Amino acid sequence: MNFFTSFPKKWRVFQRTFIEAGGYIEVLKGLKNTAIVAVLGLIIGIVIGTIIAAIKVIPPHKRITRILQRIGNIYVAFFRGTPIVVQLLLGYYVLFPAMGIQLPAVNVCVIIFGLNSGAYISEIMRGGIQSVDPGQMEAGRALGLSFFTTMMKIVIPQAIKNILPTLGNEFIALIKETSVVGFVGATDICVAFRYIGTNNYEFMVPYLVMAAIYIVIVLVITGLIKLMERRLGRSDRVHK
Amino acid sequence: MTEYTNNETREPVLRIENLQKSFGKLHVLTGITENIYEGEKIAVIGPSGGGKSTFLRCLNCMEDPTGGSIYFDGVDIADPKVDINVHREKIGMVFQSFNLFSNKTVLENIMLAPVSIRMKRLRRQKIAKFFGKYKGEITETKQKIVDETKENAMRLLKRIGLEEKANVYPSTLSGGQKQRIAIVRALAMNPKVLLFDEPTSALDPEMVGEVLDLIRQVGDAGMTMIIVTHEMGFAREIADRVFFISDGIISEQGTPEEFFEHPKNPRTVEFLSKVL
Repeated sequence: MNFFTSFPKKWRVFQRTFIEAGGYIEVLKGLKNTAIVAVLGLIIGIVIGTIIAAIKVIPPHKRITRILQRIGNIYVAFFRGTPIVVQLLLGYYVLFPAMGIQLPAVNVCVIIFGLNSGAYISEIMRGGIQSVDPGQMEAGRALGLSFFTTMMKIVIPQAIKNILPTLGNEFIALIKETSVVGFVGATDICVAFRYIGTNNYEFMVPYLVMAAIYIVIVLVITGLIKLMERRLGRSDRVHK
Repeated sequence: MTEYTNNETREPVLRIENLQKSFGKLHVLTGITENIYEGEKIAVIGPSGGGKSTFLRCLNCMEDPTGGSIYFDGVDIADPKVDINVHREKIGMVFQSFNLFSNKTVLENIMLAPVSIRMKRLRRQKIAKFFGKYKGEITETKQKIVDETKENAMRLLKRIGLEEKANVYPSTLSGGQKQRIAIVRALAMNPKVLLFDEPTSALDPEMVGEVLDLIRQVGDAGMTMIIVTHEMGFAREIADRVFFISDGIISEQGTPEEFFEHPKNPRTVEFLSKVL
């Protein structure tokens, strides 16, 4: 049987498992976990990334600054230098058990994805901060504002605006990367569809539908990012 | 020098002692000792690369001096242990490239520093009161700080005729307008001294006049000012003293008349023959 003649039959099999046998509930659960890991991971990543980036651009006059910068470099090197699957396995089977903490797989995934994207976002954010005219920092400091205040109120808002498209890409990459959370036993879309497929040893349609769902999610988010960019770009030119 | 003899009894606003600055092996300032008195207008001129801007930027530690002292309010601000932010509040600075905050409106630009600094003080006071270290009444509130700062900012904007620009972003303004707002932003902190780093060098020629007019007004109101400039006519007109900085030192100084009419140092003579 070739692909086209067998497709209607396979589609019916999928329909039966997906709707009548309640497979969609698994998929919705998976979707929820994917969303949780991606969104919380991004938020944690932005916070960590911003902190590391800010530390990296402090003029290294003081010893403590240099130590913090060294730590930041090691952190980034580790999380960019190892695959996310390895980090998940290390976190779930080594790090948290060693600390005596028992966490549900999804929580571990959120933390690891947050730490991982923090490393990438720190590099993006550093580029963003360095793209802001140094005169902005000087003007803030000359008025008596601290480095930290000027960074938070003047430089980082401008940096975020500059890196918004890149940050959007990072979010999209993060959503797609969450497809490996099954390695530590968390249920995401991927796991849900594998489960449906295993049910009657029919994988073609479930995996096609799964791909379609990922594409739809990514397209929707791309649209949202474009909308947000236009908003921010407008406030730059027009009267408030 | 006769006009300054009476200054000797006054306490200077800035007392600069053997100020040095080097970038690695490059010695930009090799030892400047000078007093700047209240209400004085100092024009700093000299060949490019001679250290004018570095001198000015050392005065509020935008560049950390590598030697010597700068006394302001009785404190050596060149000492790395001093909290420089507190002193910078009282040393205003105007930049060649304006440096208005581009993510803030004109009004926010002027209000940001006064509000955040007074808010920081209020927070500290509240904490001190909480721990019983501060006995007095706290009269400030956030609303009061914002209202007062806003009123002051609008008054300043009105003075330069730009009150209708209060709520626009800097990207919509001309260079002259930006620089005048930058000057007003510095004034909003009530500084004791204003530093100008080539305030008209980045302007289109037709906008130089409006900025110089404002600087003149600020000076007439009694502000102590140090101006690095290439506008010789303006330096001559506004300055009480002219510093000629070359090769890392003030190689000649004097009243504008002395300086421009009877320069003594051959380096000054050569420079003036090129620019005048």
